[in-house]
Amino acid sequence: MEQFTPVASLIGGVLIGLSAALLWYFKGRIAGISGIFEGSILPRGADIGWKLTFLAGLLVGGALMFVLQPQLFAFEITRSYWALGVAGLLVGFGTRLGSGCTSGHGVCGLSRFSRRSLVATLTFMGAGFATVWAIGHFAGGAL
Amino acid sequence: MKLAIPFIAGLLFAVGLAFGGMTQPAKVVGFLDLFGDWDPSLAFVMGGALAVNLAVYRFTRAKRERPVLDETFHLPTNTQITARLIIGSALFGIGWGLSGFCPGPALASVVTGTAPVLVFVLFMGLGVYGHALTQRFLASSATAGGDG
Repeated sequence: MEQFTPVASLIGGVLIGLSAALLWYFKGRIAGISGIFEGSILPRGADIGWKLTFLAGLLVGGALMFVLQPQLFAFEITRSYWALGVAGLLVGFGTRLGSGCTSGHGVCGLSRFSRRSLVATLTFMGAGFATVWAIGHFAGGAL
Repeated sequence: MKLAIPFIAGLLFAVGLAFGGMTQPAKVVGFLDLFGDWDPSLAFVMGGALAVNLAVYRFTRAKRERPVLDETFHLPTNTQITARLIIGSALFGIGWGLSGFCPGPALASVVTGTAPVLVFVLFMGLGVYGHALTQRFLASSATAGGDG
């Protein structure tokens, strides 16, 4: 195990939970990043305003953390641009086909006891475990 | 005020992701390496987020008819377990394991300007666009077929 960080991760999780709760309590919206991303690059209807603003906040928050704690953005895995490109396509296409990602299904959906989100979360976690196992088993952990 | 909330929520989300370790692909892959050198840290991210969100969700369901700044809560209406849901989630999981990135952390990392992040986000955008094109094609061929 590289480094186990339960306290920092728990605090990070609480902040993510607060973010989703804020959006829900004030705006009645689900903090699903893949949906917000889609709505920002392929705008439709009246949702564009809050989605673009959320995305702007996400970028500014990322910039702030990168200035204060650049080590939190270390890449440190061996992946070719091919692998990253294919991964990007799969994540973009898959999250829209499945109507959500780690945030929309994982955090928000599970909090609402949504059956769809439970199935989605178990599926993408299972696929993630299997993929990392396969990369380790067949490709020695690099791709 | 209406736009301040989503901005603050986005900012808080990115800070939480970075603090929790989600913007380090090695840490994500370590979490997904269940059968190897497993690092359970990210389960704590999920646990913390769920605990807060669950409490607030329960509270608002019991106490509020509508959100503070909108007329209604916007809940997903689909409740069916569909092939789309499962296939889409499986494809996403494969991409997540391949790269160590899911959408939030990848977008929060864009400002680092590093090539792996930019390549991933560019192709993620193409994937989203590809999905929209597929949907449009399916919708138009269904209309052309005349059987809905």
